Amino acid sequence: MSFETIPQTLPMARRDRMAVLARSNAGSLQDLWALLGLKPGCTPLRGPESGLVMLRGRVGSSGEAFNVGEATVTRASVKLDNGTVGHAIALGRDREKARLCALIDALCQDVDTAARIDAELIVPIKCELDDADEKRRRQTAATRVDFFTMVRGEDR
Amino acid sequence: MMGAPAAALEGGFADPVLDAQSVFRTIMDAMARPGSVLAMKPLVVPPAPLGSAAGAVACTLIDADTPFWLDPMLSAHGTLGAWLGFHTGASAASVPGSSHFALIGDPMAMLPLDQFAQGSQDYPDQSTTLILQLQSLSEGAPLTFEGPGIKGRSTIAPKGLAADFARQWRDNAKRFPRGVDLILTGTDAIACLPRTARLIQAEN
Amino acid sequence: MYVAVKGGEAAIDNAHRLLADRRRGDRDVPALTLDQIAEQLALGVDRVMSEGSLYDRRLAALAIKQARGDLIEAIFLLRAYRTTLPRFGYSEPVDTGAMLVERRISACYKDLPGGQLLGPTFDYTHRLLDEVLDGDPAVDVGLQRTDAQEPATHIADILGAEGLIEEDAPAAASEPGDINQTPMEFPLSRATRLQALSRGDEGFLLALGYSTQRGYARSHPFAGEIRIGEVDVELFVPELGFAVPVGRVQLTECQMVNQFKGSAKVPPQFTRGYGLVFGQSERKAMAVALCDRALRAEELGEEVVAPPQDQEFVISHCDNVQATGFVEHLKLPHYVDFQAELGLVRNMRAEHEAMSGSEAREAAE
Repeated sequence: MSFETIPQTLPMARRDRMAVLARSNAGSLQDLWALLGLKPGCTPLRGPESGLVMLRGRVGSSGEAFNVGEATVTRASVKLDNGTVGHAIALGRDREKARLCALIDALCQDVDTAARIDAELIVPIKCELDDADEKRRRQTAATRVDFFTMVRGEDR
Repeated sequence: MMGAPAAALEGGFADPVLDAQSVFRTIMDAMARPGSVLAMKPLVVPPAPLGSAAGAVACTLIDADTPFWLDPMLSAHGTLGAWLGFHTGASAASVPGSSHFALIGDPMAMLPLDQFAQGSQDYPDQSTTLILQLQSLSEGAPLTFEGPGIKGRSTIAPKGLAADFARQWRDNAKRFPRGVDLILTGTDAIACLPRTARLIQAEN
Repeated sequence: MYVAVKGGEAAIDNAHRLLADRRRGDRDVPALTLDQIAEQLALGVDRVMSEGSLYDRRLAALAIKQARGDLIEAIFLLRAYRTTLPRFGYSEPVDTGAMLVERRISACYKDLPGGQLLGPTFDYTHRLLDEVLDGDPAVDVGLQRTDAQEPATHIADILGAEGLIEEDAPAAASEPGDINQTPMEFPLSRATRLQALSRGDEGFLLALGYSTQRGYARSHPFAGEIRIGEVDVELFVPELGFAVPVGRVQLTECQMVNQFKGSAKVPPQFTRGYGLVFGQSERKAMAVALCDRALRAEELGEEVVAPPQDQEFVISHCDNVQATGFVEHLKLPHYVDFQAELGLVRNMRAEHEAMSGSEAREAAE
């Protein structure tokens, strides 16, 4: 585990938490959620529903925006029984994951619940994702070319 | 805009796919038979002062690629724009002339029809569709129409239209194939006036 | 005149059933799983996503399975599917400079920040068929190098610092055109062309790119940089009031660098062609960059002399779904058209014979 990547200040900002949830593996997310033992009542406000997002790039990487192509995306918004609203949106077509992420987002609007969810669910998922990134970075680094120049006789 | 309040997010279609399909069918039938009044079930609960019929039409037709415009009466209620945005994915148009849909809460004081997008000769479909919220579709002064989709003549009596609506609608017809189309909504019913509906008789 | 013809219903039903049977093939061979396609035929999946213009690995894998491996048919299936989904919005432009790089090479500079990262490339393989893969041999995992690595800077930023390369046009205030929503009207902006090229047919664009190198648009490019990797996608969510990262997609980006002799307004410098495509699709990204540069001929004051410089020619013909539709429509019944042509040819033949008969008589006289 790469502990240096664990955020030092909890609770995490809402955006950072949503980013982790969006990239989470649905299986890990369900497992960690089950361990938390939370069973809040909630009603759906919108979705979960799948649709498209048009992905944009920039001409030449830094110029004007252009449309590259679409990606599937799924979103959900829920309201807890106490009136708090949560949102989630993630690439792919996993509706149950989107619903759960929206529920978690709503619960995290309460500071105490957020601290617990961050520690027991968000941080473990973030570590898993960061480790995977680090592994990929290191595997790519292993294919880096180390140039070395031969010493030629006449230059001696 | 920062986080929208919960009130701005509640009251959308309970079953977005089937509800939107049934409303679309009603709009299509009403558009195909101009001037006929069709009943609408209350499927959405928009923030006041938008009614459920106009709200359901908006939620059915508007999407992320069709910017909407609210008249001053509706835009004075900030949550309404947020509600429409949340349930349709659309953003507000800066000026009525660039809107695909316009919601009119106060048709008596509405902008002239020629202030909205009229489409072009090549793409007459690129015009604004106006959704008017009226007090009633049967208690006003009768208007009689002829045209495609109308067997003989059809008469409706919308209450709350602008005083010079008859003149404006005749001018709209002169711009054909350009021009706007109207969806008139009452409390629990709608009627449509596509640009092809010719007004032949109006009582004032 | 049209003659209503009915029939063929049973034949079509049976053809569907036979197609399903043939698709499945020998039942003693295990059925392919989508995971197997997505994992082991990943570059085919990438091509289907790229030309289907829809990023969803699992859907692309399903399309490949259903299409029996006919990638253009799979692309067609994906394009048809996307029309059934609502559009939620447009992402913020992705930052390819912040890409989690899996491969990054430059043919311009040997030593550049971040280095030459070969990644999982075919380039140095000997293209010898490996019969061991006929089985399921154990495969070693990729090695890891743990020393600190500097970030991979974009090549354009390096050349740009010297002022020797054109800068990207500043971000436009208007929304870029979207060919999925509005019919194309020529001339197209460069932004709109790049969308069309990004979903264009790899084979067609490869051939056109190749032709520019062989003298059909006088192009002498260098592969300034090619990078493959994942980028974060962010979407502005109005009800939250900020943009939220919604996940990552894998992209391939190519910057081609071309010498430019300059014009009345611009001093001699390097210009660029750009390609950005879904997945790991290096050949496609390079071909797109070559075509993008060729299509800028008019903008840069170059003479338009070859097909790759003609945007109506390139863009109108690069879409393999459109091309398939028009070419394959020739299979549809044209019985009446053909009867008309048959009558015409018979008449012309009769006239021709009458004419040559009279010529022969004249010659004999």
